[in-house]
Amino acid sequence: MARENNKKKEKITLKEIKKQSFLMIVTFCMVAYGIVFYYWPLTGWIMAFQNYKPKNGLLHSKFVGLDKFKFLFEDDVFIKVIRNTFAMGLINLVTTTIMAVLFAIILNEVRKGWLKKPIQTISYLPHFLSWIVVTGILHDSLSSSGIVNDILLRFGIIKQAINFFAFPKYFWPIVAFANCWKETGWNAIIYLAAITSIDPSLYEAASIDGADRLQKIRYITLPGIKPTFLILLLMNVGNVLNAGFEVQYLLGNGLVQSVSQTIDIYVLKWGISQNDYSLGTAAGLFKSAVSILLIVIANELAKRYSDERLF
Amino acid sequence: MDEKVYKVRKPISDKIFSVIVVVFLALFVIITLYPVLNTVVLSFNDGIDAVRGKIYLWPRKFSIKNYKTVFGMQNIWVGAKVTVGRTVLATITSLIANALLAFVVSRKKFLFKSQLSLFWVITMYVNGGMIPVFLLYKNLGLTGTFHVYWIPGMISAFNMLVMRTYMEGIPESLEESAQLDGAGYWTVFLHIISPLCKPVYATVALFIAVWQWNSWFDAMLYNRMKTEYTTLQYELMKLLSSVMQQSGSAENAKNGANTITPVTIRAAATVVTMLPIVMLYPFLQRYFVTGLTIGGVKE
Repeated sequence: MARENNKKKEKITLKEIKKQSFLMIVTFCMVAYGIVFYYWPLTGWIMAFQNYKPKNGLLHSKFVGLDKFKFLFEDDVFIKVIRNTFAMGLINLVTTTIMAVLFAIILNEVRKGWLKKPIQTISYLPHFLSWIVVTGILHDSLSSSGIVNDILLRFGIIKQAINFFAFPKYFWPIVAFANCWKETGWNAIIYLAAITSIDPSLYEAASIDGADRLQKIRYITLPGIKPTFLILLLMNVGNVLNAGFEVQYLLGNGLVQSVSQTIDIYVLKWGISQNDYSLGTAAGLFKSAVSILLIVIANELAKRYSDERLF
Repeated sequence: MDEKVYKVRKPISDKIFSVIVVVFLALFVIITLYPVLNTVVLSFNDGIDAVRGKIYLWPRKFSIKNYKTVFGMQNIWVGAKVTVGRTVLATITSLIANALLAFVVSRKKFLFKSQLSLFWVITMYVNGGMIPVFLLYKNLGLTGTFHVYWIPGMISAFNMLVMRTYMEGIPESLEESAQLDGAGYWTVFLHIISPLCKPVYATVALFIAVWQWNSWFDAMLYNRMKTEYTTLQYELMKLLSSVMQQSGSAENAKNGANTITPVTIRAAATVVTMLPIVMLYPFLQRYFVTGLTIGGVKE
């Protein structure tokens, strides 16, 4: 791309620059906007190393070095918060990916259009609901008089209704289920597109050789979607720590907070509710740093073991 | 993939496999649809009757009182007005801004095209975080106003990339011939590129509109004290959270039975907030499917 640019640059004349003035003006506005709303907040990271007081501002607040980070890592709650964020992020990434691939493959096996289309439309539905709606519906379904307890009681699997939200051991599976319920159909769109682009003659040849459908999936479909799978995995690894706010915030309660609190909730609690901006920023900075590290590592691994990469 | 042509005899394993496919998809559809349908059914059931439970796919005692109650709430109307306002305004402004940016970075002859692109891609991976952003909005005077809903998120690198990928696929010759006729870049954007980009514009507009419609966190964080700028989702959250906080202990649930919002009214409020999008998305399906496929895979 760089070489191509240089070639173009030789041809650029004053006339060309004049012609591009509209592009330049747009660029100027976009860069100004980006600096204000995306790059300027980065200067706020300084707060993590200060004892920030709003009345003193960034320039006159006292520097305290790594004190805030020391506080964080000596806080047992924060250690648990890191564990929760990582655990739920990973569980969600694995379960939603498996569900999306599984759903895409199975839906692709349906040959009848009149059956496939409606199922696909239904599968997108939960993606368009807000987390407020989804957690509300989930909460009602899992309540002691909800459908899940109803079925479990009816089939005699349990003797007494379970209050699913009162036990920490159920919380992570519930969050994983909520994510799968909401996004399986949506995430499958890309995999379905990848499956459609596989050369049909491969399947025909396999049929003639007597391969059954499972074998065709194993040897044609799965390898066919591998590049898509890797690219999406790469993109999502950096988001592992970002995936922990809305559901946990909305479904969490006092009884499960040892497993439900994530870094973002911690930031909200300390930074906004307690007005300790410095501590909140320090926790947020830690999250950003780990996220960037994860992306770089994933990118390196992908570069080493396959042809896929982000940058 | 027309298998009939070859008349290959199907192995028994394929028949078993077909059964698995049918069972899996049936379960999938039921699990996806049932909770939503049940909510709709509950919203049409009498509130006191619903306490007995065991209402599944049809109301036992039909009533529209829940909707009367919901529409009688002042803050629901305020929330609806703000939500519709922010969704319409932000969809228009954000679509224009993202389209312009995508147009600029997809011009092959543009001097700073790769630098501008990189400038925005970086924002996808690095951001200040909740507290610095909160303080910025506060310093800019955005908190406590309606503008906090549409100004800060106007440009998103992801939406820009989706559009850029689409625009790069449009043949350069179209632009060149227009420029030979004396058209400037603004004319090219408005009359050549934009008409061809309708599908991707629809996709991105849908992404923005859904995001705006479903937002609640910004209302809670920036406008908690400003009831005139509350949103529909935030009002729904307040209705629901009074219940969720109590699920922690059975004791609380019993004591609070009278103070929490009845399940039927919560169901009615839920239906009201989700209805517009649920009615709309099936018709936009082909747009977001193509949009996601072109933009999503290629970064």
